[in-house]
Amino acid sequence: MRRVYLDYAATSPVRCEVVKAMQPYFSDIFGNPSSMHAFGRDAKVAIETSRAEVAHLIGAEPGQIIFTSGGTEANNFAIKGVACAKQEKGDHIITASIEHHSVLETCRFLQQQGFKVTYLPVDRYGLVDPSEVKRAITKKTILVSVMHANNEIGTIEPIAEIGKITRQEGICFHTDAVQTFGAIPVNVNELNVDLLSASAHKLYGPKGVGMLYVRKGIRISSFLHGGEQEGRKRAGTENVAGIVGFGKAADLALNELNERIEHARKLRDKLIKGIFYHIEDVGLNGHSGLRLPNNVNVAIAFIEGESVLLNLDLAGIAVSTGSACSSNSLEPSHVLLATGLSPEVCHGTLRFSIGCDTTEDDINYVLEELVKTVKRLREMSPLYKEKHKNGRSVQQ
Amino acid sequence: MDGLYNSKVMEHFRNPRNVGEIENPDGVGHVGNPVCGDIMELYIKVNGNRITDAKFKTFGCGAAIATSSMVTELVRGKTVEEALRISNRAVAEALGGLPPVKMHCSVLAEQALKSAIEDYLKRRIK
Repeated sequence: MRRVYLDYAATSPVRCEVVKAMQPYFSDIFGNPSSMHAFGRDAKVAIETSRAEVAHLIGAEPGQIIFTSGGTEANNFAIKGVACAKQEKGDHIITASIEHHSVLETCRFLQQQGFKVTYLPVDRYGLVDPSEVKRAITKKTILVSVMHANNEIGTIEPIAEIGKITRQEGICFHTDAVQTFGAIPVNVNELNVDLLSASAHKLYGPKGVGMLYVRKGIRISSFLHGGEQEGRKRAGTENVAGIVGFGKAADLALNELNERIEHARKLRDKLIKGIFYHIEDVGLNGHSGLRLPNNVNVAIAFIEGESVLLNLDLAGIAVSTGSACSSNSLEPSHVLLATGLSPEVCHGTLRFSIGCDTTEDDINYVLEELVKTVKRLREMSPLYKEKHKNGRSVQQ
Repeated sequence: MDGLYNSKVMEHFRNPRNVGEIENPDGVGHVGNPVCGDIMELYIKVNGNRITDAKFKTFGCGAAIATSSMVTELVRGKTVEEALRISNRAVAEALGGLPPVKMHCSVLAEQALKSAIEDYLKRRIK
């Protein structure tokens, strides 16, 4: 059976160049980077090379990169680390309602510890208004955390503008760049950010490794206590092979960035156009322009996302959905709800995310199967029948 | 496919039985699930106290479609009294079980059936 993977926002396959780069670091160059002998020194060199590669991709200094176990840890680290380091200064954190769970749940945890958190609303496109950030700032605000681009709807936030405000106010600014690092240009100086999270497995690197960028002079508490690794901020023997893979993936991304963007954008626009041409009563979620080049998120009226996902899966196609039915909580996506979509519309949302290996043929196949699936499920849907009875079209 | 659902559920999802509407039905059940937003519509035809035909239309997930399909299968040929005794558990069991998070879908199927029968009984009184 033909298989088409369109869930690159969830994770991506490790590129063969990356696997190759990692290979020696399992058995040949296996030393502990903290060891003084040659085995250890070789591993240490590898880590520092990767640190430079990762730093280079975001215009940072190698010394400002702390390797972590992934994006979730980096987000936990940034928020808890700043909260802990600055608790004498204040107890107020500002974030956005559409953040990844690793930010939202960390903020909720801190609320239980007595911190106060403002969850900023977004507009219908998922955009945070920088002036709302400004308005939310109090004398007690110690941290603002707004994601660079949203993982579900692909909206790219006005990070540079928000960063200008936080800089004027002298408040620490963190961005979760898991979806943008290696996908669009990310430069910590242009973005005016103090902390930035990224993960390797979204850009054809391995799972289990990520990083937190910390601008020089930003006070942050250690996340893991123990040895002296990562400038004593994150103890534990380094995931050497993973870090090497991350460095290689970052290096590849840097060299291929423009090509990747162009490739994804072309296929993204083809998919969006195709969906709107072939299927009636669909809506695009997120922003049409300020959007990740690889993200398509649509609401398909009268049918439910999980059943679409299952049907596409049977046809070998991998996508994701914001439907309540697909979550254990049975609640629709908090991101889609925050953009003002009704729970019914959230129910029928699908996310397609494109990658380097996606082809035009893949998009044609997906369109073909999607049209079939939608037709089949709509014929089964009592809502679709209602629509035809009423002879009206539902606008989203 | 391995995963959330067993092969029987997937089979009913792929090839749902009795999809559609019945013209001039003897009872119609229309229920919505307040938990997740799924909607189920069930039509029955009754002949001499026996349910001779059942059809459905469903807006919902894989489990909602499979339980709709199964409940229409279970109810065909049953008397009204027998049909009223079909529980959500029986629907789920007939499908070889559902993931715990999806059990509410079987409740919806039971409610759709009860609502269709109630509608039938009401129409009969009139």
